Amino acid sequence: MLRKMGLENPSVVFYQELTPGFTFFNCYGSCTHTVDYTTIYVPKVESTTMDMYETDEYIKENIGRKIVIVGASTGTDAHTVGIDAIMNMKGYAGHYGLERYEMIEAYNLGSQVPNEEFIARGIELHADALLVSQTVTQKDVHIHNMTNFIELMEAEGLRDKMICCCGGARVTHELAKELGFDAGFGMNTYADDVASFVVQEMVKRGMK
Amino acid sequence: MQKSKLGLDFQKVEYARGLAKGIAQDVQTFVEQYTTVAVERTLCRLMGIDGVDDNDVPLPNVVVEALKDKGVLSEGALFFIANAMIQTGLTPQQIAEKVAAEELDITKVVTTDPKQIADVLQPVIDDSMARIRARRARREHYLDTIGEGPKPYLYIIVATGNIYEDVVQAQAGARQGADVIAVIRTTGQSLLDYVPYGATTEGFGGTFATQENFRIMRKALDEVGEEQGRYIRLCNYCSGLCMPEIAIMGAFEGLDVMLNDALYGILFRDINMQRTLIDQYMSRIINGFAGVIINTGEDNYLTTADAVEAAHTVLASDLINEQLALMAGLPEEQMGLGHAFEMDPMLENGFLLELAQAQMTREIFPKATLKYMPPTKFMTGNIFRGHIQDALFNMIGIWTHQGIQLLGMPTEAIHTPFMSDRYLSIENAKYIFNNMKSIGDEMEFKEDGICRNRVKEVLSNTIKLLEDITKEGLFTALEKGIFGDVKRPKNGGKGLAGVTMKGANYLNPFIELMKGKR
Repeated sequence: MLRKMGLENPSVVFYQELTPGFTFFNCYGSCTHTVDYTTIYVPKVESTTMDMYETDEYIKENIGRKIVIVGASTGTDAHTVGIDAIMNMKGYAGHYGLERYEMIEAYNLGSQVPNEEFIARGIELHADALLVSQTVTQKDVHIHNMTNFIELMEAEGLRDKMICCCGGARVTHELAKELGFDAGFGMNTYADDVASFVVQEMVKRGMK
Repeated sequence: MQKSKLGLDFQKVEYARGLAKGIAQDVQTFVEQYTTVAVERTLCRLMGIDGVDDNDVPLPNVVVEALKDKGVLSEGALFFIANAMIQTGLTPQQIAEKVAAEELDITKVVTTDPKQIADVLQPVIDDSMARIRARRARREHYLDTIGEGPKPYLYIIVATGNIYEDVVQAQAGARQGADVIAVIRTTGQSLLDYVPYGATTEGFGGTFATQENFRIMRKALDEVGEEQGRYIRLCNYCSGLCMPEIAIMGAFEGLDVMLNDALYGILFRDINMQRTLIDQYMSRIINGFAGVIINTGEDNYLTTADAVEAAHTVLASDLINEQLALMAGLPEEQMGLGHAFEMDPMLENGFLLELAQAQMTREIFPKATLKYMPPTKFMTGNIFRGHIQDALFNMIGIWTHQGIQLLGMPTEAIHTPFMSDRYLSIENAKYIFNNMKSIGDEMEFKEDGICRNRVKEVLSNTIKLLEDITKEGLFTALEKGIFGDVKRPKNGGKGLAGVTMKGANYLNPFIELMKGKR
């Protein structure tokens, strides 16, 4: 099996039976595959990341009003840890959350918010941007849910009127774009990244 | 007076406990005047009503909805079931089936005589009580014969979505040394106002809690327990909109541990606070009677709020949860009060703060089977660092004599655990628990040191918080976002429509029969 995986000189350095039919192995071998890294293109969110103060300044100068961002962990997903890290006042790992931004009105709707309700709240609050957080990815439930969200936005004719971002540990920008979002934020991205993208995208689109 | 290794001022602890008691009493006065659709469905199940109608609607829902539609829910399910029994001579199950077939109007009243009602219900009540007692006796027999693992119990989760796959994973975990198997529920089940029926093989992020699934897993754990010579406990989730119903299903099927927090649903599932507080009372009465250890969910506060700053909210909530549980007759030994190891691993001396708090929780709740939660918030996908974070967590678990150690997984934040992840975690815990077994008995905490000062600070902040809640009442405090930074309106959230004030003919004899009894 290790050879099939392209490992030469395979050696099993440790193994332990877990239960009949299942054994745990630690193995080493030399990888024979090569990769031409010059041909790899990783789509990234194309915006300059600014800190909170810079973003607030940027909004004052370029938009001239408070912007509204509404976020939620949508569908059946009960995990709020992602959306909280981005939105809560306190933020995460030293990056202040959107609630702390002077020029952003941030609404965190919590978890298990159905897409319909989420969008309805977005309209009611005059959202400039909607943030969808997805943590559970078993059986690709996040993909189905996010696809459904974009379909609803399109059906309502709102897709161009609001900036749509998604985030989660298993979300990449590439996946987000494929599903029809404007941006996706995965591991090691913070409120700064989200806010910077939203405001720059708003200016680019001439949203005032 | 108990001796503290941390220099805890037990007079202050008792003062805090007294405040929590006052807060809980306030809630209790409210709770006793009301019932909910979930409580009434629980009573239907205690009458032996089970199964589903042609549209897969559970029969307890059919009966309770019939009462709700006629606007007579306030009189309670038992009153009408008793009347229907007198009128038709049928069993409650047959009555429910007739209601489902629309062949019987269950709201017809033939008597309001309490004696006559009590007499017709008595044999059914006796049956249910005997069924629960037999389950409890079965567990106690196992504990007396094959015994159990030492504390802290090693707690692992299975979450495949398919109960039959869960069985394979659970048995593997038990063979590697797990003492408690929790079957994580499918995401979203907490918001269903019914309990699905039968064995299930489809779920997201977990498996449906159904009575049949409970039965399947109980049987599997008994098998592997007998093989391993160690009783394996089964845990599920007595939370959400069906709290007391899940409790009674667990009592019938021999569950041992239930997540059963008074406040969790309000804060983290946006369930209406009146609904949850009424439901938790009945569910805890049942769990107490069935010998089930409840777990509370304070650890969750620290996933939304900061673990250093919000430590006192955990203690305050533990104290309130303890008092509410006592009011439902749940013994201290069955209280798995929750706390967690959730500080930023980059924090200088963070380990000492965690250690101090865990020791403090141990000393404040000396009899409780404390539930200690592993790091989750700062698990990054770096499985190697994660494994070390879990090792530090395990050291504190054995050091401070925790009751149930929820094992952290190196792959937290990546996927629901694989069999191999659980193996590594169990090995980690067993190594540390054995190698450091008596460290807690050897070590004391330095006078005026970091640990002693930390608990002094946490306790005094807890008292301040409890004083504030006392002034405002728990309902208002929750509206202001006192726990987990989450704000919830008293009349907001899900499930309020299922709350109703008890009427003149209302009866629920199980409260008296079960509360504080065994």
